[in-house]
Amino acid sequence: MRNTFANTFFEAGQQDKRLCVVVADISPAGAMDKFRQTFPERFINTGVAEQIMIGMCAGMALRGLRPFAYTIATFALFRPYEFVRDDLCYQNLPVTVVGIGGGITYSTLGGTHHAQEDIAVASALPNMAVIAPCDPAETRLATLWCTKQQRGPVYLRLGKAGEPDLTGNAIDSFEFGKLRYIKRGDDVCIFGYGPILRLGLELAKKFEARGESVSLVSTHTVKPLDVDGVVEALRRHKRVVVIEETAPFGGLGPRVKEIALDTGAHCRVDTFALQDAFIHNYGSHGELQAAHRLDINSISAKLGLS
Amino acid sequence: MVDVIYHGLMRRDPVQGDPAFLDSFIMSKGHGCLSQYVILEDLGVLTKADLDRYCTPAGRLGAHPDYGSPGIEASTGSLGHGMGMATGMAYADKIQKKDGRVYLVLSDGEMQEGSTWEAMMMAANLGLGNLVAFLDLNDLQGLGRTSETHPHFYPVLEKVRAFGWETVEVNGHDASAVYDAVKSRQGKQPFFVVGKTVKGKGVSYMEHVAIWHYRSPSKEEYQRALAELAEVAM
Repeated sequence: MRNTFANTFFEAGQQDKRLCVVVADISPAGAMDKFRQTFPERFINTGVAEQIMIGMCAGMALRGLRPFAYTIATFALFRPYEFVRDDLCYQNLPVTVVGIGGGITYSTLGGTHHAQEDIAVASALPNMAVIAPCDPAETRLATLWCTKQQRGPVYLRLGKAGEPDLTGNAIDSFEFGKLRYIKRGDDVCIFGYGPILRLGLELAKKFEARGESVSLVSTHTVKPLDVDGVVEALRRHKRVVVIEETAPFGGLGPRVKEIALDTGAHCRVDTFALQDAFIHNYGSHGELQAAHRLDINSISAKLGLS
Repeated sequence: MVDVIYHGLMRRDPVQGDPAFLDSFIMSKGHGCLSQYVILEDLGVLTKADLDRYCTPAGRLGAHPDYGSPGIEASTGSLGHGMGMATGMAYADKIQKKDGRVYLVLSDGEMQEGSTWEAMMMAANLGLGNLVAFLDLNDLQGLGRTSETHPHFYPVLEKVRAFGWETVEVNGHDASAVYDAVKSRQGKQPFFVVGKTVKGKGVSYMEHVAIWHYRSPSKEEYQRALAELAEVAM
């Protein structure tokens, strides 16, 4: 995802001279270094100073530039949170805050490098849009949208590297603010966003193995949520499952349940998220997800799937 | 200092005429926006009705400046935000080859925000000669005299100079001195004016009294203040 973002941003940056990237001492991955070499004035490194990464982006946007702030998710959002709130959201400026390694991607680096509450705190901000693509191909489409959008601030939540392709045969194309059906069925609907949607694909196979027809949906735009789309999915399926790698509060799962309650939906809704806990485990990303009971075996067991 | 910035330093577009400024102003110490409002009213950017409706549901001006209100170029109020945004604006002008200058006014309490120093370091690293900051150094903040509560805040000027800025210290109430200091800068690096000021200057019962950071005068106090200021003006 990092490399796809960098390649796409470089491509867009060749066309639009207003596009700049402001980093806080993070080593440029992939084509980001090419962007730095080709457009040195449009690549700014504030050093380990995230508040100013955001503040400078605001000032540059006030002058008509289109800056992207770029660093590890926890440092892109938590460290400079009040700057994101006041400088970007309160003034409603078209700045994209790119958070690398959303959730617990940095699984060996400990809790200081986890952004497990990012969806909740970013979504709580007025004017803020939250986009979390599920694979590299969707990252490319989301990035291109961010380079062109005028509506205001965006939190673009990415993974890191090696994410599998999930949307190669998707039914729908990427459209900001709309659910994206990767496959469409009638019995079970699986919602998710970000790379953990790969678990949704595995679950879909298990449901299908017992004869149920499954929809798999990339809910890439977590905010503003496609409420009409969610209502329609709740009405049309017997069961809805939400999987997200974020805190159990303020994310997609509670929102879908709220909509289900508000609209009197009759389907069953199961939600899966990270634990409300700092878990002091290390290992692969998958191993840390398992420690949070956000792995295929734990989820399957709760859903009654073998 | 705000008056010198608006009436002396900020250049106007000769084609569009007054008050289309070519330069920018950010009141980083957002609680000082009343001085900005009255000057903007004087310049015709705001109206007398705007001032009369200050902090009322019918008005558009509050106790801190809001981006989008006429003449307000950035929202401030939370301290420590102005320097970063000003750095971004000045840098954007520089790389877009625009001849814009960015002026901002900071409070001494605000200089305790780490973000201010982060941005000052960055502005110097970027060689932003088009950035000019003024420090309203009145030695008073919420909990008393800065020189007593935070003695190592001083000396300020040397600290700022060590961060790579061109610096000067002047009497912040002396308009000519403030103007001359800015006009005589070298201009290769960002410029920092330490303006030594007296809180409540010109009103005997307000001078050096911290409560006037928060209080509004009663009608009688207001009349007395106007009378004293009229004497100073004469």
